[in-house]
Amino acid sequence: MSINFRLNGREVEVDVPPGRRLLNLLREDLGLTGTKEGCGEGECGACTVLVDGRPRLACLTAAIQVEGKEVLTVEGLSAGGKLHPMQEALIKAAGVQCGFCTPGFVMAAYALLSENPHPTRQEVREFLSGNLCRCTGYEGIVEAVLLAAKYLRGDPSRVTPDGKTP
Amino acid sequence: MRKTGPARIVRPRDLSEAVRLVAEGGRPLAGGTDLFVRLRREVEDPPFLVYLGELPELQGIELREDGAVVGAAVTHAKLLRSEVAERLPILRLALSTIGAPAIREMGTLAGNVANASPAGDGLIPLYLLEARVLLAGPQGERELPVEEFVLGPGKTALKEGEIIRSLFLPFPEGEPRSYFRKVGRRRALLIAVASLGGLVWLQDGVVEQARLALGSVAPTVLRPREVEQELVGKPLDPQVLAPLAEKLSQLVQPITDLRASASYRREVAGKLLLDLAVSLAG
Repeated sequence: MSINFRLNGREVEVDVPPGRRLLNLLREDLGLTGTKEGCGEGECGACTVLVDGRPRLACLTAAIQVEGKEVLTVEGLSAGGKLHPMQEALIKAAGVQCGFCTPGFVMAAYALLSENPHPTRQEVREFLSGNLCRCTGYEGIVEAVLLAAKYLRGDPSRVTPDGKTP
Repeated sequence: MRKTGPARIVRPRDLSEAVRLVAEGGRPLAGGTDLFVRLRREVEDPPFLVYLGELPELQGIELREDGAVVGAAVTHAKLLRSEVAERLPILRLALSTIGAPAIREMGTLAGNVANASPAGDGLIPLYLLEARVLLAGPQGERELPVEEFVLGPGKTALKEGEIIRSLFLPFPEGEPRSYFRKVGRRRALLIAVASLGGLVWLQDGVVEQARLALGSVAPTVLRPREVEQELVGKPLDPQVLAPLAEKLSQLVQPITDLRASASYRREVAGKLLLDLAVSLAG
């Protein structure tokens, strides 16, 4: 079946079974391996992507569920080779260790900062509660989101409305 | 979606086509947060799935004078952002504990009802509000109270070919206070060990009317009506309510599973009533 959607700002058309997992579609058919598979059952958040601006788990999403929609993956945040402020903040705050959970955290944090540019520490913790990290103990990640919020507020020109760094 | 390959999914054009496909043996799919996990674990293997998530007839939240009509495809997150969540604090309290943000963006309240899990957080407010489930099927539409719709763990009154079309959430009279708490090992992505929701109408410091609903302590969400009755006329004082908490512990029918033992669940069910008293008394 032919499925059309927008992926990281570009129209794509793929010929896949409608029940193909979005995760496999991204990673295997389209080569975007930034989105990770952790548990495959919606418990870890490693496969978090944005669909029409809202966080979704690619492991529990079928291809047909993104038909006609806008999908944003971690690759879409650093288009043009420049890291998104959320990614810069993760480096600065040492919020990355093994890195496997990082793309999911980046996407969840991006979703949070899009709807709430001034999150409190508690709001960050709550919003990221569906993302598991077995290395960092979360402190660095929470710090990074608060730092990214500052980056984004401080210099709005750094991020265009679709989230890409110019 | 399955280990053996992707599930076959069809997307009906409208409600009548959806009903026809479900009557042919298709399994309804909305958010997929539970169904895809079941398929992956090969707990079930339906011949095909019928994707209802974007059917126009199942969208939308309609506010009426006496309540809200919530389309079967409305997600938890959409409900939480709606005016209904403002009108019904009990709904907001319960839905905001479901899963985590991404799960709430995907899962639907009607899906929670169709799953009929005794631990379904979304069912608690529906039992408290005495919500009704509107079904569409080959023989037309019918409506059931949620308590009659849910028959047991994973069992519902859905007949062949029927799907949930919408939920009706009546607005309660007066100004009840709302309580919801679920107990478990962590706060997110949690299946409750036990949960209690309550709507309590107070008059001069004593209970005028109370509705309670317990999750994860019986085959379905439980309304302990005897305890509700006995609350009437009493103050929300844990000391006064201690015998009632004891009674509640005796009344529930919990099981032992990997999350908790039956005796712990009994204990927690009673303590939750005391917690309700402390939380709502202020």
